[in-house]
Amino acid sequence: MKKRNLILKVIPPLIAILLIYGVAPGEDKIIKMATTTSTQASGLLDVLLPELEKDTGIRVKVFAKGTGAAIQDGIDGNVDVIFVHAKEREEKFIKEGYGTKRYAVMYNDFVILGPSDDPAGIRGQSNAAAALAGIAKAEALFISRGDDSGTQTKEQALWQTTGVPLEVRKTEILKKGKKAEICFAFPENSMAWYISIGQGMGKTIMYADEKHAYTLSDRGTYIKYKYGRKESIDLEIMCEGDSFLNNPYGVIPVNSARHPHVKHELAEKFASWLISPKAQFLITNYRLMGNQLFYPWNF
Amino acid sequence: MELLTDSFLSAILLIFSLDPEVLSIVCVSLKVSGISTLFASLMGLPLGFLIAYASFKGKRILIICLNTMLSLPTVVIGLFVYSFISRRSILGSLDLLYTQKAIVIGQIILVLPIVATLTIAAISRIDERYRKTAMTLGANRRQTACVIFREARFGIVAAVIAAFGRVIAEVGISMMLGGNARGFTRTMTTAMALEYDKGEFILAVALGIILLVLSFSINLIFHFFQGRTGT
Repeated sequence: MKKRNLILKVIPPLIAILLIYGVAPGEDKIIKMATTTSTQASGLLDVLLPELEKDTGIRVKVFAKGTGAAIQDGIDGNVDVIFVHAKEREEKFIKEGYGTKRYAVMYNDFVILGPSDDPAGIRGQSNAAAALAGIAKAEALFISRGDDSGTQTKEQALWQTTGVPLEVRKTEILKKGKKAEICFAFPENSMAWYISIGQGMGKTIMYADEKHAYTLSDRGTYIKYKYGRKESIDLEIMCEGDSFLNNPYGVIPVNSARHPHVKHELAEKFASWLISPKAQFLITNYRLMGNQLFYPWNF
Repeated sequence: MELLTDSFLSAILLIFSLDPEVLSIVCVSLKVSGISTLFASLMGLPLGFLIAYASFKGKRILIICLNTMLSLPTVVIGLFVYSFISRRSILGSLDLLYTQKAIVIGQIILVLPIVATLTIAAISRIDERYRKTAMTLGANRRQTACVIFREARFGIVAAVIAAFGRVIAEVGISMMLGGNARGFTRTMTTAMALEYDKGEFILAVALGIILLVLSFSINLIFHFFQGRTGT
């Protein structure tokens, strides 16, 4: 019986201590950020976030997803700030009142990757639309993200410019009682060579590498997979440098008028820190195996 | 609540509009899970039968090992199979990765222990007297086995149901080995994971509802096979 009493005396305070220490430290200085797989996979955040904490005391919880899901997180108020790369959709996000302001942080570019034997013969092509059209003409395997991400948005826009006939697949669902459509465009009669896998950039690169296929990737993730790992990949850059392939990244604090619980002030502070000279300098100097991944917007 | 009602109505809409995308996903799911369950049963039922009736050294250890394999995570199986069939490994030239065959291989490894252990359990429960009676009545080994199988059919069909339920609900192996390619290896679970990633929760939940409805109808069929024993 004595033992039991002791347990009863010890355990509640222990739980109380655990609760206090588990929840308390700096809770008010933590913000949640939804971002794209490319910023996370590139390793840039691992450099920026510790410096941010040193300067401002803000800690960031990162949730990496496709751009579509990251924006949805912002719309639902699940996060305090979003850091994504799909400019038009970001502007729409602000116009609809979900975000307060877009801070242009940095940019890099997309590249079209392909197997070294280049079955479609597009190596060195500087026009991205022509390169894609070449792939379609040769019916060479092409792997699409198909996950509503920023890269996917860019790919869809690129196909529109190629002149290749497109097929639009629509799925009807109900949203708030009203019929809504989810659209998805892809080249016509491409079942045999256009594969949409609905996964993140890294997985897509691995998939394309396995299947000797072409794909569209942001340069950062490509460099990470090509040079940043023990086991390299065979994919090479086939097309780069087209201005259409530019890929600007923006950070947007979620509007506290829509979602009163978001930590707007901290998110704002975080966003202004990202465009401060120090952060911009860090972004410029971030190298992966000697390759610059991102270019500052504000430097 | 809105999410649930919207999802439910969307599920109905998807079923009745015979959306080609959804149909293809459902077909892939059923085909892959059906084949995996079939092969796992073809191997697992005799295996379970043998283990239950044979007496050999290390039988208990073998059963414990099989039971342990019940808790194999799908990610581990996925990684294991991946390391054999990726282009840079020994079976790379077969070009198996990201095909339905790859999913089937992984899923068989996943449910073989389920079928085997549940069969062992079902058969061990059968009274020894059935075997003895059958043999005294002049049944040969094969006929005796049939008698026991018949008596244990409730438990054996339950093993197959459990296996099918596990593979159709599984997402790790399908994602890692199938790669979620639209129209080829996109199953209901990987499609749900994708719609969740895209932020299309309604479509994700709608697919979940369709999966449950399908499972229910398939279990109705199984129930018929199971007979009236034990109900």
